[in-house]
Amino acid sequence: MLRSGRGLLSKTIANAPYLFLTPSLLLLIIFFVIPVLAAFFMSFTDFDIYSIANLKYARFVGLKNYLNLFSDPLFWKSLLNTLYFLVVAGPLTIFVALISAIFLNSKLVRFKSLLRLSYFAPVVATLVAVSVVWRYIYDPRFGLLNYALSFVGVHARDWLSDPVWAMPAIILFAVWKNFGYTMMIFLAGLQTIPNTLYEAAEVDGAGTLQKFWKITVPMLAPTTLFVTVVTLIGYLQLFAEPFIMTGGGPMNSTLSIVLLMYREGFRYWKMGYATAIAFVLAGIILILTLIEMRIQSQGKQT
Amino acid sequence: MSIRKYKVLLFTFALIVSAIVILIPFIWMITTSFMRSGESFSYPPRFMPRHFTLEQYEILFQRLHFTRNFLNSLAVASLLTLSSLTVNSLAGFAFAKYVFKGKRTLFSTFLATMAVPGQVGMLPVFLILRNLGLLNTYWALILPGTFSAFSIFFFRQYMITIPNDLIDSARIDGCSDFRIYWQIILPLTRPALVTLGLFTFLGTWNDFMWPLIVMNKDSMYTLPVALANLMGEHAPDTELMMAGSVVTTLPIMILFLLLQKSYITGLIAGSLKE
Repeated sequence: MLRSGRGLLSKTIANAPYLFLTPSLLLLIIFFVIPVLAAFFMSFTDFDIYSIANLKYARFVGLKNYLNLFSDPLFWKSLLNTLYFLVVAGPLTIFVALISAIFLNSKLVRFKSLLRLSYFAPVVATLVAVSVVWRYIYDPRFGLLNYALSFVGVHARDWLSDPVWAMPAIILFAVWKNFGYTMMIFLAGLQTIPNTLYEAAEVDGAGTLQKFWKITVPMLAPTTLFVTVVTLIGYLQLFAEPFIMTGGGPMNSTLSIVLLMYREGFRYWKMGYATAIAFVLAGIILILTLIEMRIQSQGKQT
Repeated sequence: MSIRKYKVLLFTFALIVSAIVILIPFIWMITTSFMRSGESFSYPPRFMPRHFTLEQYEILFQRLHFTRNFLNSLAVASLLTLSSLTVNSLAGFAFAKYVFKGKRTLFSTFLATMAVPGQVGMLPVFLILRNLGLLNTYWALILPGTFSAFSIFFFRQYMITIPNDLIDSARIDGCSDFRIYWQIILPLTRPALVTLGLFTFLGTWNDFMWPLIVMNKDSMYTLPVALANLMGEHAPDTELMMAGSVVTTLPIMILFLLLQKSYITGLIAGSLKE
């Protein structure tokens, strides 16, 4: 019934919300609930290419997939690579976003909307397309990066074929691609800080840095928490960048968890194994989300 | 000039320089796509084509499948946007304006789906679509992509602000529930429809992993998959690859430019949901 439908009840009214929810509920069940449950069971079976043809070939193997996973050097490699990416690219993205937001919010800057748009452009660009472009930017002989670095005396390098430099190259690309999103959210956060706070601090003789640490940083704390979690969850799912730029190499130095899952599941059709990888990923994301909720509720109590 | 004016100049100049640096990959992508094959193999790198040519685009659209791939992307993004807006706005309306049994449980279940990464269900969804014979069809992208807890939440938040009086008087006039949704709620929800429509369209257009999994015929690839595939065969053809990148990303960036206001408003509203 309608919340405000005082005394206008009828059968059709009472059914209406259920009817309106039917399409989304059906899609949710068929393409989310059932698959997630199925994936959970699959992760305890040796589901492979033969089982696709006939389910009978899938056998229950208990925790074997998970045990194999934890003794698979490739899995640990991909986990460490992903964490490396996360720990460096995450803070870097947020830092660059915060700095750009503060500058763009400054009264001393002109052409603000045009600048904002330029910084945001990589966010809306197609990931695969710009990954392709950056692959050529990193080209050892004709790439723009080596050319630019030659002016500051850095020698040419084959960035994406070097096990040490391939991941930093992908990190630089990811920061370029994503900081604009975080910047927009910081800009919105900055605009909610009342100017009177800064004015009062100025009266008390606070300098620029002091105002930044004592007003801007604490006032932006909830925004920072939100963008941190969103960025980290997004970065945990690193896939297209190494797929396009390095194929996971060289020497698996850019192999990410999702890329490993894709290979095991959709290239080698080891689907039981691949779903186990997906659940490890989901577990990490769940922990991150719980930490966020915990910090948030603490923030509200104080 | 006052010190303040110097500061304005300095700050603005520094930010313009950074903006140019950020845009260089796009500029280089576009100019290189108009070069003849092999012209970009030069040091120092060239920024302007010596002879402006469309030959790379001719290869893409005439010799390769890019016309078809472009139409696939356009069709899938449009259809998915349409289905997503319909299904999720209906659900949002139910949650915003009705009291019913199981509402709270259902709503929190919907929201909880956001915490589960998409990769978890991918293998079973692939098998379901395979068994239904829907691989290599638009359905493989549209059906699993339509439900969006985020969209439902966004619609609900927006529709809650619509005054109940409007609905009450319509009901007294004998309006059915569906007509209330269609003729009163939806027109008032236009800004949310535009924002979410844009989000869905962009997200679908740019998506890579799922189309890579369910489409494995040249003629069914969306642009990002076609481009990744082109990379496998034509990696040394820099100019061709740049033209492919332009075709893939430029349309969506132009669409964003036209509707940027509602996109950014929605982005910020989405971040303030908690």
